[in-house]
Amino acid sequence: MSVSFGEIEAILERFPPHPEHLVSALQDVQAKFSYIPPAAMRAVCDHLGVPISRGWAVATFYKSFSLEPRGMHEIKVCLGTACHLKGGARLTEGLERELGVERDHTTRDLQFTLETVRCLGTCAMAPVVMIDNDYLGEANIRSLKRELKKL
Amino acid sequence: MSAKKTQKAKESKKAKKEKDDGLIRFKINGQAVEARAGWTILETARQNGINIPTLCFHPAVEPIGSCRLCVVEVRQNGYSRVAASCITPVQGGVEVLTDTEEVLNVRRWVLEMLLANCPASHQIRELAKEHGVTSTRFKVEHPEDACPRCGLCVRACDEVVGVRAISLGNRGVFKEVTAPYNQRSMECIRCGTCLYVCPAGAMEQLFPLVSAP
Amino acid sequence: MERISNVAKLEALRESLHAAHDPERPVVRVCLGPGCLALGANKVSRAFQAAIKAKGMGASVQPLIKETGCHGFCSQGTLVNVDPFNLFYVKVKPDDVEEIVETTLANGQAVERLLYSDNGNRYRSASEVPFYKMQQKVVLKNVGVIDPLKIEDALMAGAYRSLAKVLTGMTPDKVIATVEASGLRGRGGGGFPTGRKWRIAAENIRKNPGAVYVVGNGDEGDPGAFMDRTLMEGDPHAVLEGMIIGGYALGAHQGYIYVRMEYPLAIKNLGVAIEQARALGLLGENILGTGFNFDIRINRGAGAFVCGEETALIASLEGQVGEPIPRPPYPAEKGLWDRPTIINNVETWANVPLIMEKGADWYAGLGVPTSTGTKIFSLVGKLKNTGMIEVPMGISLGRIVEEIGGGVPGQDWFKAVQTGGPSGGCVPYELKDTPVDYDSLSQVGSIMGSGGMIVMDKRDCVVDVARYFLHFLEEESCGKCLPCRLGLKSMQEYLDKFAKGQGSPQDIDDLHSLARAIMKGSLCALGGTAPNPILTTVKYFKDEYLAHVVEKKCPAGVCRDLITYSIDPEACNGCGLCVRNCPQDCISGEKKKAHSIDVSACIRCGQCMDVCPVDAVLVA
Repeated sequence: MSVSFGEIEAILERFPPHPEHLVSALQDVQAKFSYIPPAAMRAVCDHLGVPISRGWAVATFYKSFSLEPRGMHEIKVCLGTACHLKGGARLTEGLERELGVERDHTTRDLQFTLETVRCLGTCAMAPVVMIDNDYLGEANIRSLKRELKKL
Repeated sequence: MSAKKTQKAKESKKAKKEKDDGLIRFKINGQAVEARAGWTILETARQNGINIPTLCFHPAVEPIGSCRLCVVEVRQNGYSRVAASCITPVQGGVEVLTDTEEVLNVRRWVLEMLLANCPASHQIRELAKEHGVTSTRFKVEHPEDACPRCGLCVRACDEVVGVRAISLGNRGVFKEVTAPYNQRSMECIRCGTCLYVCPAGAMEQLFPLVSAP
Repeated sequence: MERISNVAKLEALRESLHAAHDPERPVVRVCLGPGCLALGANKVSRAFQAAIKAKGMGASVQPLIKETGCHGFCSQGTLVNVDPFNLFYVKVKPDDVEEIVETTLANGQAVERLLYSDNGNRYRSASEVPFYKMQQKVVLKNVGVIDPLKIEDALMAGAYRSLAKVLTGMTPDKVIATVEASGLRGRGGGGFPTGRKWRIAAENIRKNPGAVYVVGNGDEGDPGAFMDRTLMEGDPHAVLEGMIIGGYALGAHQGYIYVRMEYPLAIKNLGVAIEQARALGLLGENILGTGFNFDIRINRGAGAFVCGEETALIASLEGQVGEPIPRPPYPAEKGLWDRPTIINNVETWANVPLIMEKGADWYAGLGVPTSTGTKIFSLVGKLKNTGMIEVPMGISLGRIVEEIGGGVPGQDWFKAVQTGGPSGGCVPYELKDTPVDYDSLSQVGSIMGSGGMIVMDKRDCVVDVARYFLHFLEEESCGKCLPCRLGLKSMQEYLDKFAKGQGSPQDIDDLHSLARAIMKGSLCALGGTAPNPILTTVKYFKDEYLAHVVEKKCPAGVCRDLITYSIDPEACNGCGLCVRNCPQDCISGEKKKAHSIDVSACIRCGQCMDVCPVDAVLVA
């Protein structure tokens, strides 16, 4: 996705120039571009009056920020306790093989980002995989392959 | 009787004087010590010639209690807790012990883990040796690594120099001293303060990677 | 609706809502809780709308479809309650909806096949079902009943009545004293007495006047726990009302709710609730015309478990990296922007209006003397009935698992219950009579925690579970202090060895010593409690550790290097699903005949076991 100055401006307008908004502003950038483009990082830091080294530290500390573009579809495999006991780790490995990409990485064609998350709070349906905004409960590699084909 | 009374009066006078002079009195390893309000246990110990090992402490920057080598046991009213002396303010009447089994257990394990994680640091090897830790049971994954990620360099760059060129990027086991985007910092003024404060000699390797070109 | 300018008008509004309500009108409550949503509850709800429309159900008694928060019985989702018939339908699929509309809504009859049945008994209403019968819904009384997006629903259920009572009839000091007398303790895990926390903050504010903040901690991070999510999604006004009362008690004018980013629906529902409360003058300037100003802002978490720790949460609210700082000073003295700040878990906040409404004595009468009130738990893992429950404190662990949870299917015992998430421990079956209260759980080496309860059976390996939690915390450690950053990794080295059948009994003792160093030496509670899963499993299941190390066996059949997979020729029906899903192509066999695994090529990924429809894949 290309990054336009106007889009970044529109995000900055929501926040008064104060360092307390660093996390929130970066979240809005992440939501808009699905990653934090360097230009947006610099603009946010300048606007809020924080050194870029702090923006960098914050963006690399929190797991929801990505500094690289992400895939069209996000696959989140839940590795909460209940999902772990019911085979979440095996599912993750299966998906890694299926997509040819390691967890927390994006396929080269930018189609899929495979992520592991800690508890989606749907433990009764374990193991759970979230594909974009849809939950897939009591998942196994077969039902996942079927869902992926639909995309 | 009267002698006792005088004695008591003297004691209460002494107590009053102690109260008035604003000093806080407690014990370190059985030795009575005095401190000003706001001092830390570590400062007081050093003032009194009592050695407590540290790694991430430097008098020029605010302590953060990262390395935990300076832990001590603080006993009060029958309760005991282990606390990092560099960030624990003094408190009247407590008993501080710097070398109990619990404290040594923390210190030895931290040093042993440091030997595996900062194998290239001569300074850390020496410090460990001083405490009787000469080998490690843990895997050495990065033989060239010397940095304990204590962040002293980052704090000095911020608090002393005010440039804030570097930061601790990532978190947890992936934490590292970096400049933004893992490139050489454009803000750095090459003052070398980070090199100077680094307790592990790690900045010698890292400086060329993070400093201004 | 227009702004409410005084308490009398609030009650008048409530009355007019009740007056407009027709008790005969059918109401269909579709559970849109996390579990049901994952099963497609959305589609069920839409199917109801469509079916009613298609049926042209009358202008006079058009049934009302309510999308509510979690009904609790997640393993039976999608759940649907139909009033006034008081019918409880389970496992409802969109295809079932037409029949419900026809049979129940149009003709008032029950759809028998959708009623919950167990052991030959069929139950018509939820309150008869054993899973619900044992529970005591106090904090959750509105969750699953009201539509969380409609403040009218909340008002009809009594929302903001306590706020009105507090603002017009109680001094701030009286509010704090009431919370103190109720015995309420922090629901986030630590169990610190809430009233005392408020009292300390009030003292600090008196000594050092100025701004003060209240914070709702909704950064529910423990894996296997979704209590806070359910509460925020299902009854957001309960949380808001508690926080406004807290703001009044402490003289605060700004509150923050910090919600985990993985909970978009909680963020949405809270946001809507805040807007609606503001529009009615229940939040914002001059609340209910009393001159009290208080507003609430939502902050989204950014993906860091450690931000559930209060000092890290404050750092995150300030826009910084979420690293904890040593306490004292506690936030009640020096918190957000260095000002006194009260941080309570959202469940704690939701208890506050109840205490104000019914009094401290009533509250203190619930539960047991040192742990008053009720507690919400998410009951998950290897048991028959999974879901979210609310029980009085002090009930035994065994009763929760066996009577509410229905026990482990096919087994008459459970191996252990993990409570308190990564900071908690595994309580073995032998201690099933342990009362679930703060002190009893810590006596057995675990903690109450935020309320995750994960039941393990004989197929779960304690070494694996300890390893799992350590790995979780290793990924989530902020890395600020060395015992945590290096210690979690180092403890894992030991467990990795055990899982491979390496190491020696001496290593188990060394691990114990290291665990103790980390417990004592870490800066915050994340590191300080991280060894709990290891300490409790070594204490209660040392034999299982020894089996790994000495006999090179994983008795539960989990640790990959110590197991082999095979196919039971008796059970295998030769369907070939395993063959198609084996990444190694090492399963062979003729169609409709028993298959076999080439053990030399098998990487023990377990996919065959997961997809086998007849449980013919064996592990030993």
